[in-house]
Amino acid sequence: MSAPSTNANANRPAAISGAAGQSRRHDSAHKHVTGQAPYVDDIPEPPGTLHVFIAQSKVAHAAIRGLDVSAVRAAPGVIAVLTAQDVPGVNDVSPVAGDDPLFASDVIEYWGQSLFAVAAETQEQARAAAALVVLDLEERPAIITIDEAMEAQSLLQAPYVMVRGDAESAIAAAPQHLDGRIYIGGQEHFYLEGQAALAIPGEDEDVTVISSTQHPSEIQHKVAGVLGISNHAVTIEVRRMGGGFGGKESQGNLPACAAALAAKVTGRPAKVVYDRDDDMMITGKRHDFRIDYRVGFDDEGRILGIEFDQALRCGMSFDLSEPIADRAMFHADNCYFLPDVTITSYRCKTHTQSNTAFRGFGGPQGMVAMERVIDHIASSLGKDPLDIRKVNLYDHKDEIGARNITPFHMEVEDCIIQDIVDELAASSDYRKRRQNIAQWNATSPVIKLGIALTPVKFGISFTNTFLNQAGALVHVYNDGSIGLNHGGTEMGQGLFTKVAQVVAREFQVDLSRVKITATTTGKVPNTSATAASSGSDLNGMAAADAARKIRRRMSEFLAGRYQTELSQIQFLPGRIRVGEEEITFEDAVWQAYTARVPLSATGFYATPKIHWDKAQARGRPFLYYAYGAAVTEAAIDTLTGENRLLRVDILHDVGKSLNPDIDLGQIEGGYVQGAGWLTTEELVWNADGQLTTHAPSTYKIPACSDRAQDMRIEIFQRGENVEDTIYKSKAVGEPPLMLGISAFMAISDAIAAAGGAYPALDTPATPERVLFAVERLRTGSDGQ
Amino acid sequence: MTDRLTFVLNGKRETVENLPLTTTLLNYLRRHKRLTGSKEGCAEGDCGACTVVVGERIDGGVHYRPVNACIQFMPMLHGRAVVTVDALAGPDGALHPAQRAIVDRHGSQCGFCTPGFVMSLYAMGFSRAPADKFYIADALAGNLCRCTGYGPLIAAAEDAAVTARPEWDKQRMAMESALLAEFAGSGAALEFSCGEQKVFVPFNSDQLAALYQEHADAVLVAGATDVGLWVTKQHRNLPKMIMIGNVRDLRDVRVDAGMLRIGAAATYADASAAIAQAAPDFGELVRRIGATQVRAAGTIGGNIANGSPIGDTPPALIALGATLVLRKGESRRRMPLEDFFLAYGKQDRQPGEFIEAVEIPLPDDPHRLRCYKISKRFDQDISALCGCFNITVADGIVADVRIAFGGMAATPKRASHVEASLTGKPWRHETIEAALPAFENDFTPLTDMRASAAYRLQAAKNLLRKYFIERSETQTATRLAGRAVEAL
Repeated sequence: MSAPSTNANANRPAAISGAAGQSRRHDSAHKHVTGQAPYVDDIPEPPGTLHVFIAQSKVAHAAIRGLDVSAVRAAPGVIAVLTAQDVPGVNDVSPVAGDDPLFASDVIEYWGQSLFAVAAETQEQARAAAALVVLDLEERPAIITIDEAMEAQSLLQAPYVMVRGDAESAIAAAPQHLDGRIYIGGQEHFYLEGQAALAIPGEDEDVTVISSTQHPSEIQHKVAGVLGISNHAVTIEVRRMGGGFGGKESQGNLPACAAALAAKVTGRPAKVVYDRDDDMMITGKRHDFRIDYRVGFDDEGRILGIEFDQALRCGMSFDLSEPIADRAMFHADNCYFLPDVTITSYRCKTHTQSNTAFRGFGGPQGMVAMERVIDHIASSLGKDPLDIRKVNLYDHKDEIGARNITPFHMEVEDCIIQDIVDELAASSDYRKRRQNIAQWNATSPVIKLGIALTPVKFGISFTNTFLNQAGALVHVYNDGSIGLNHGGTEMGQGLFTKVAQVVAREFQVDLSRVKITATTTGKVPNTSATAASSGSDLNGMAAADAARKIRRRMSEFLAGRYQTELSQIQFLPGRIRVGEEEITFEDAVWQAYTARVPLSATGFYATPKIHWDKAQARGRPFLYYAYGAAVTEAAIDTLTGENRLLRVDILHDVGKSLNPDIDLGQIEGGYVQGAGWLTTEELVWNADGQLTTHAPSTYKIPACSDRAQDMRIEIFQRGENVEDTIYKSKAVGEPPLMLGISAFMAISDAIAAAGGAYPALDTPATPERVLFAVERLRTGSDGQ
Repeated sequence: MTDRLTFVLNGKRETVENLPLTTTLLNYLRRHKRLTGSKEGCAEGDCGACTVVVGERIDGGVHYRPVNACIQFMPMLHGRAVVTVDALAGPDGALHPAQRAIVDRHGSQCGFCTPGFVMSLYAMGFSRAPADKFYIADALAGNLCRCTGYGPLIAAAEDAAVTARPEWDKQRMAMESALLAEFAGSGAALEFSCGEQKVFVPFNSDQLAALYQEHADAVLVAGATDVGLWVTKQHRNLPKMIMIGNVRDLRDVRVDAGMLRIGAAATYADASAAIAQAAPDFGELVRRIGATQVRAAGTIGGNIANGSPIGDTPPALIALGATLVLRKGESRRRMPLEDFFLAYGKQDRQPGEFIEAVEIPLPDDPHRLRCYKISKRFDQDISALCGCFNITVADGIVADVRIAFGGMAATPKRASHVEASLTGKPWRHETIEAALPAFENDFTPLTDMRASAAYRLQAAKNLLRKYFIERSETQTATRLAGRAVEAL
């Protein structure tokens, strides 16, 4: 080992390559395209690895009188069969409420529930053996739908209410009234990589699990709980996921715990990999909702009072349904000031998969209903819905008056939606196209067009305040290379790239100097899930904190060694100015190292300002809001109900972007995923509670041609977070999904062109729903 | 005797022994060769994460096509060349243009679908079709991406389409051509076995006829786009199979004496150009069957033989008056296609008897046939219903009517009451409206995850209305799928 060259004059770049704020490609892009980026199932299996199959129930609701696995145990290749009786610790894999058994013990509560696990030499043997179980069940009536649950008052908890003012009186006093109901379908995550976990037993009680998870710390805690050991004996590692979207926030617990238990019982490595059908049958999805609304408004469409009743299908247990239901309420207003408002939430318990986090976390459903109300008001007044939207917006941040209080008593201090809507309406030529569409529709008997502009305001922070914390670990090695680790996980969103860019910017070194390493509970403990769009906000700040600690130590050391003031030390691109001199970053590091300066630091961040009083339903759950808007033009076939998106214009606020190209990828991907949720993606359960859409042959996410041929996506260039976030950026993971609501509203607008009344379309807008809506309008009948 | 299963993998000859014969190519690659670049996303040929390219020596050249490795059985690869994502980059690690373009365009986020997209872009390089946006959407229809929204991947496809093939790729292809030439065997049928499992691979239809007569209990496997799922989804054991992908004379597609004859082992890809020429709307229907990978493997014979009520080619073929040619041993018989479908899961096919070809009388007006496939998604979806209409009008009077539907009954079925109601009537709106109630006599559709019975019936009626509009008001926009969107 030797000291690096000290002459900084040879190379004095004006800027470093890849700092935060610059577009840089995903750190694994090269490995993705060559097939060299390993996912859990690609990792070479340690010798003797067992394959674990999760045996699932084939009924929705039953008491278990007997579960005889003797024939399973005797089947070829089987090494272990694991039931509830084999759990040494707590038989629970739930994220919060303690109500998701790893293996059902006395009652089955959904079709697809885990009953036991088979560990065998091969996947095929494990699956085949599982079929040999002898079950003695006493079937019970199952509650499958929201309507059934509401009828039976099957709720997980008492209804939760947010109130401001007196909605009932305001509605009664208003010149105009409307009421209505919308059913909003659920959504399967369809991450391309299914749930997977590989558990490797270690010495003492140790176990290491390589898991495809957004929440390594929770997996660690659940594995420790199931095995009855301390958290410190469990290490969870995740380098990357093949997609998450919220579906790997809690749903990885079960496969990881099953793999760890199998490893513990057999002393051999054990792997669980759900195939697509098992994954869709076992795991929870986006909640479907039934939302009733009553609204009073004036002749301009200004809302005076409103009531929402939100009922959502939680499934057989809580999972994350409580904060998801809360977030649906937090976003029932979307961008609009609701003077007198009551929102009531009914968390339905059903005998179906326990629904879970999914990009937007309830927000999208709350927002769809609000946009439906606006659209309904516009229809009843015969006005352009954009005009109704504009008169109801929260006050702009520069002109805050009395219209900036949310239904949960938070002041909206950063509203810029007017700027975005005006710029987008102009750049998309919305008004002119709306006229052109009306002309087209007048002469086209079969194909009708529609257009809609919808805005988005999405609150950023975990609404459970304590979760808003993050840690990071930064090492500067003595050759000047940098190792970075933090609690965030990489699921494709580019988090690792962004946080590395933050560190590169802090040290003013090229991005190539920063090595990103797999997330592991062994390096950064007690982390929150990479969720709520918070990944770069939290981990970027934590990593910056760690880097600044090291930078400060280096600066103090250099000031002393060069006999100058701390203020005379400046990190320039690739070098450090020390008084009148400049030295390379490597040189400074080497000098600091040989002077025994610690070059490793942990960083930490806790989001400021936020608080939430659940009992009073008031507070400031969000640090700030992210904004955006989209215009979608759509076409429908009035004879078949088929529909297609033609053109999409998006303007979205990411504050000051950390990486514009990655942000654009999040915006486009979010829109398409949101539009898919509201159009082609339909989950169907039969009357017995069996999900019948459990593979891509029956569940249709958008394909390439479903993307509108003309898509124009822009980042809002004036964007800048008013709060002190990492370099004034804003979160981008979830908000763009809700831009897809414009697709649904455009289809509704096209249907309206087929008849006089309001279409009252439910989601998703399948050919069937669209055709029946057209039939309702044309015949005045129900269509069915 | 048992033959040795041999194929070319990434430019090298590979012999496989003691492998269960229903092992899929994907599992072989991932578990046995530890080539883990190809991913399993669905194990049913719907997501494309496992896409590989397969080369086959035809008439002295090697023809490459993308297939879903998750539903290809290993014996189907005998004598073929398989190219996987793991071997696409150059010897010095330089990225292939199909890879480079995706990196440059930010076409990967989570990266799990990416290898499949790389291979579909790579496969596009073997096509001579101009890579416009419709072609690209079609070429990528069999690859699902949940992250990007596809824009960056479309841009990557455009880039890759105009980039020259690198030298290292040409060298590997030359090696594949030379190695595949060595496979030209005696022409005798092959037999593979593993334990009790047997697979026969005939090379001509006489061999097939003899083998199937002897082994009438065997499952016939053409492209395995359906039978593959018996293994990957239903986890069935298939002890005996006859794989017909090498039966060259069954893959003929030819026009002769006013007749388009499609051999039973011709893939959709093999037949699509001839079909599109004979009846353009049938060509558009075929374009929407599965996606590129499925059409490169699946056969029209298989689409008929499996008797599915939701197969898409039978309604069109029935509407065109196609004849089925069945062969058993040395004897053949012909029947109108609609007579082949007896009941759900039951076809008029004897033990040892196989479909040799389907013969389609060429319509005098190629545009008279209209085909309507309705599904939740335009591409790569299974029909909720598929209606095909072929109505001849002479002097303003309906002279001849053939209407057939899939998805409306337990089999592909003609709308005979509707046909009767229309026949001999003036070709006008009132005739159409008067015929609509007859749909209820023809069909009692089911409710399932694709659509309700009420929707199916209503949509079927509306399709007759649509057909009338399309035939009588040719300027009216009526379509949203594929290139039709350009008119909007």
